[in-house]
Amino acid sequence: MADEVVLLDFWPSPFGMRLRIALAEKGVKYEYKDEDLRNKSPLLLQSNPVHKKIPVLIHNGKPVCESVIALQYIDEVWTNKPLLPSDPYLRSQARFWADFVDKKIYDIGRKTWTTKGDEQEAAKKEFIDCIKLLEVELGDKPFFGGETLGFVDVTLVPFYSWFSVYEKYGNFSIAPECPKFMAWVKRCMEKESVSKSLPDQDKVCGFVAEMRKKLGVE
Amino acid sequence: MAEENVVSLHGTWASPFSKCVELALKTKGIPFEFVEEDLRNKSPSLLKYNPVHKKVPVLVHNGKPIAESLVILEYIDETWKTGPKLLLEDPYKRAQVRFWAGYLQQHLFVTMSLVCKSDGEVQEKAIKELFEKLKTFEEGIKDLFPDGAPSIDCSNNLGLLDIVLCSQFGPHKVQEEVLGITTIDPEKNPLLFTWLKSLNELPLVKELTPPHEKLVAVLHFFRNYALKSSAA
Repeated sequence: MADEVVLLDFWPSPFGMRLRIALAEKGVKYEYKDEDLRNKSPLLLQSNPVHKKIPVLIHNGKPVCESVIALQYIDEVWTNKPLLPSDPYLRSQARFWADFVDKKIYDIGRKTWTTKGDEQEAAKKEFIDCIKLLEVELGDKPFFGGETLGFVDVTLVPFYSWFSVYEKYGNFSIAPECPKFMAWVKRCMEKESVSKSLPDQDKVCGFVAEMRKKLGVE
Repeated sequence: MAEENVVSLHGTWASPFSKCVELALKTKGIPFEFVEEDLRNKSPSLLKYNPVHKKVPVLVHNGKPIAESLVILEYIDETWKTGPKLLLEDPYKRAQVRFWAGYLQQHLFVTMSLVCKSDGEVQEKAIKELFEKLKTFEEGIKDLFPDGAPSIDCSNNLGLLDIVLCSQFGPHKVQEEVLGITTIDPEKNPLLFTWLKSLNELPLVKELTPPHEKLVAVLHFFRNYALKSSAA
C-alpha cells in the first residue's frame, strides 16, 4: 500500500522547515502545499481545527499537528535514519533541548526584530545567551545528535534562515559572538536535506521587508 | 543481577506538573524519594539538576537529572518496561495523546491560571476563554474514545493523558470552591466530567491527592497574593 504524505506548510516557517528536513533525511516522498495564511485552505482548517496553524503532516488522510509532535511521529513511522537516539536518557535530553528551542529561540528571536528600545536590547542579549547555552550542550560533537543530524539539530537549524532578519532589524551580529554555533550551522547546511529545506536568508529578509511595508512599520 | 535504581523526584506538593510525575511513578510501581522544594528558596541540588529553567519537577535517576514533566513521563515509560504502558504503541495515537497533553499543560493551564489570578473584566474574559478551550478539548478527545469510555488505555491503568488531565483538573472542585464558578460542568462537558470523576475515584489518585482544605487554602493564598501584586 503506497503511503500518501501531504505537508501543509508556509515556506518561511522554521517549524515547517523542520518537517521538510526530517522527511528528506528519511527519503519520504510527499506532496508539499504552501498555504496562504491570510486565506487558509479548507484542508488546513479541517486538519488543524484547534490551532489552524501550519505545519500539518497528513499521512494517509490523518493529520498530525505541532512540529515537534510531527517530528516524533515521522521518526516512529519511518524508522530509517533515526532522529532520536535509542538510549532513554539521551532521548530525554534530546526532547528537553528541543523543548528549550521551542520555548526560547522562536519567541526571543522574534522579539529581536519586532520590538524596540530596552525590550529589544534585552531580547538580543537573551538570544545570544540562549545560543551560547546551546553551544555548551553541543560540546565537541559535530551535531547535537552525535555523528549525524538528530532531533535537536532538526528543530534548531531552521532558525538560521531568519538570522539575517534578526541581525538587520535588531542591529546586531550573531556570528562573532557564537563561532561554534556557526560552525555547526555550516556542517548542517552541507547536508542536502537541510540546504534544500531552508530558504535563502535574502528571500526571508525580502519577505519580512514586504510584510513591514504592508503593515506600515518603520 | 540487581541493578541500582535510585530515583528521586524534586517537586512541590501543590504543583500539577510535579503531580504528573508522581502519578506516573506510582502507576509504574517505581519506588522513589520525594524531595519537597521551596520555590522561594531553591535548593542547591535543584539549581544543579535544572540549571536551565531552575524549576520543578526534576526526576533524578541514578544521579542523572531529567526536567520538564512531559519529557520525564516519556523517559519513565521508556526506561521501566515492566508494568503498565503510559503511551500506546501506535504512532498516530501517540501523536494525538502528545497533542492533547500539550494542550492541557500549555493552553488550558495558562488560561486556568489567569482565571485564578485575576478579577473583574480580566477574569471574566479569562473564564470565557476557559470554557471555549474546555469545549475544544471535549470535542477533540471524542475521537480518542470511540466507545465513549473515559480512559484511552486498554486496561484500567492510568495512561499519559489520564495522568496529565488528572494533575491539571482533578482538583477542579477546589478551584470551583475558591473561585465560585463551575469549571467542569457536567452539562457543558459531560465527557470530561465523567472522566475526571472516575479518575478521582481511583485509589492511586486518592492516595496522591492532598486534603481538600489544604488545596483550598493554598489556592486562596495564591489568588490573594496575585491580586495584591497586580493591584500594587
